[in-house]
Amino acid sequence: MTTSLPPMSQRGFLRWLWRQLTSMKTALILLFLLAIVSIPGSYFPQRGTNPILVEQWITDYPTLGPIFDSIGLFDVFGSPWYSAVYILLFISLIGCVVPRLGVHWRAMRSQPPSAPKNLSRLGGDTFEVDGESDAVLENAHAFLKKNHWRTVIGEDPDGRRWVSAEKGYLRETGNLVFHFSLILILVGIAIGGLFGWRGNVIVREGEGFSNTLTQYDAWGGGRLSSAESLPEFSFALESFNVEFERGNSQEGAPRLFEANMVVDRPGEQGSTTHLVQVNEPLVIDSAKVFLVGHGYAPHLIVRDSKGQVVLDDAVVFLPQDGNFTSTGVIKVPDSNPQLGFRGLFLPTSAISEELGPHSIFPAPDDVSVFLGAWAGDLGLDSGVSQSVYTLNVDNMTQLGLESLRVGQTWQLPDGSGSIELAGFERWASFQIASDPGKELALISAILAIVGLSLSLFIQRRRVWVKVGQVTEQGSSSRVKVEVAGIAKASGHDAIEQVDNIVETLKGRSV
Amino acid sequence: MDFVNSVQLADASNNFVYASMVILFLATISFSVSFAAGRRRVSPIEVSSRRVLVESSGSQVHETEVELTQLDPGRRAANIGMSLTWLAAGMLLVGVLLRGVWAGRVPWGNMYEFSISSALGILVVFLIWSTQRDLRWLGLFVTIPTLLTLGMAVTVLYTESAQLVPALKSYWLVIHVFAAIIGGGAFTVGAATAGLSLISGKGWFTQLPSREKLEGLTHKIIAFSFPIWTFAVVAGAIWAENAWGRYWGWDPKETWAFITWVIFAAYLHARSTAGWKHQKASVIAIVGWLAFLINYFGVNIFINSLHSYAGV
Repeated sequence: MTTSLPPMSQRGFLRWLWRQLTSMKTALILLFLLAIVSIPGSYFPQRGTNPILVEQWITDYPTLGPIFDSIGLFDVFGSPWYSAVYILLFISLIGCVVPRLGVHWRAMRSQPPSAPKNLSRLGGDTFEVDGESDAVLENAHAFLKKNHWRTVIGEDPDGRRWVSAEKGYLRETGNLVFHFSLILILVGIAIGGLFGWRGNVIVREGEGFSNTLTQYDAWGGGRLSSAESLPEFSFALESFNVEFERGNSQEGAPRLFEANMVVDRPGEQGSTTHLVQVNEPLVIDSAKVFLVGHGYAPHLIVRDSKGQVVLDDAVVFLPQDGNFTSTGVIKVPDSNPQLGFRGLFLPTSAISEELGPHSIFPAPDDVSVFLGAWAGDLGLDSGVSQSVYTLNVDNMTQLGLESLRVGQTWQLPDGSGSIELAGFERWASFQIASDPGKELALISAILAIVGLSLSLFIQRRRVWVKVGQVTEQGSSSRVKVEVAGIAKASGHDAIEQVDNIVETLKGRSV
Repeated sequence: MDFVNSVQLADASNNFVYASMVILFLATISFSVSFAAGRRRVSPIEVSSRRVLVESSGSQVHETEVELTQLDPGRRAANIGMSLTWLAAGMLLVGVLLRGVWAGRVPWGNMYEFSISSALGILVVFLIWSTQRDLRWLGLFVTIPTLLTLGMAVTVLYTESAQLVPALKSYWLVIHVFAAIIGGGAFTVGAATAGLSLISGKGWFTQLPSREKLEGLTHKIIAFSFPIWTFAVVAGAIWAENAWGRYWGWDPKETWAFITWVIFAAYLHARSTAGWKHQKASVIAIVGWLAFLINYFGVNIFINSLHSYAGV
């Protein structure tokens, strides 16, 4: 590697820059950089995977948070500096590999080089056998051909004839295949990023979902994906089964969750039933439906001051811990005044001084809800969109707190109405995703592994066999045979290959 | 499975793991003795010429053997160490298999099981390689990390659960984790040879193979493990696509698997870059192994990851 100063002319400078960029040393440094810039992505929460934790982090560190956010530490793998490193690495890769393509193409079509004059200097073996030199050489040639060596026959100025053979071109082929596969993987990732989409939806037991944008709780797509032409299908969550560990060790760990689904597709008569589990997504055309989570939805009945039912529904609560202590909000806009509740759902209830009401097991062994009630204006008409999981109590007054078990009713103070815990349902959350680049990425990854293995396990070797007639005494003629070989990579040799040739020639000529 | 039977199986598995640790400890002592004695040892060429003498002239057999023991206690200790290592690997294999029988699945469902399997992976890579070439000098530097892995497993990581969380119920568990265990085992052996190449010939370490030889061995073992690691990562991506709906999501475990991969890719490039072939390449191999360790222990214990499960 030269570290000369860059030349002054512009073209010269560009050429110098290109040579620097495509040098092995630069590739090395870029690889190190890639490893180093990946590290913050594993340490800091990332927007792509955990947006809630990111917000939490920024709130917890009001000084550092916004600074880290502005330099992209919460979106490392989409940040300009991360992109810069891998784009430079891939330019370096292309600049390094493309010229080698031509070199390798020519090498594959060219003949092995002539035998060196003095083979004994390369080690190897020298011996004599009976026979004609041409026949011995033909033997050697046939043996090498049979073992897939590329061969050429020639003659030294002194009349001795030789066969020169080379093997292991697949090493460089593998090397090139590996590097080009990496580029193809990147293309696959890019296709997925541009045309792919994914969305999340929570579905209660007995409820349905049809694949249109408005039905999703959250949806995101690549720049060239089209939200209008999602594949047509719908499904209903018939039932959802969960089991948890009840033994002493790892108590409460999930052991099974599975969703029984009824699926309708266009162009198909009737519905089909499917069992969707964590490792067994439902495949519908280009989309896959993954089961990613589950939780509880307490079924509540709210009556207004006149005893009219104003809400009779199961409300989705979101789990906050491994034991499914879940929080949720109930909004009743149709009563006068409007009612709102903040709730805590506990599948297996417990109260401690430290934690307050909380759940001690994820299964519904001892269900209760803790409710805080408010009356007033929910603020739904203000035009500002609200999350279904938050209650704006700015214009509301608190009525009180109460806990309910299944079947119990709380008569709200001042005759504002009542709320009853009628039961609970389960819900499952699904991720529905389409990634049209993943097949290309997979095929490229397989190609990369094959190419890599070829490039690491195949050795490029050259061997030579040189024959010369010694004397002709009466009927028997002797041939002096020299065999030698080398391996291109350091740390390897061609001893075994030379031995095989020697054995063959000795064996056949005796 | 009936309860008593199940408890017995779990206990038997634990006992085999403990027994293999004791034997491995003895192996480590043997290798240490050999290492200490080796500083006064005759060169391997002399030893082998004496062996020829033993075979060719029967009358001198007794005399020569005595001479060998006097001259070369290190060799004998190393042989004992190798035998003990084989025995320890056998015991550990039984321990891992019993754990699998007890749990009724592949024994890779949590960090404890993954650790005892990884320890077995290190020993298997080392022992199989040792049938190809004389690796007695390497024994000490392989048994120590293996013992540490097992020690971590039985103290910090031990868990009694037989069951799997639903996310692990997939045949990809077998494929992905098996590749990771073998790749990681080979990286560990490679880190040992790389580390030795940095100190070979200095101070206490004069009897080790030459620096060049150790560098060549490091290259060979990493050239073996790198494609396996690549396969482990790709298999993990296929599994992730099936379980989580995306094949790559920069989960911390994925990120560190990628970092490990990139560092070993840098190692292979360094081996064909002028000025980087020797010490620098060895340092890169060790750094790559450290990244593997962070991925293995660090991510599960210190970072919130999708791969955090089963207690740890």
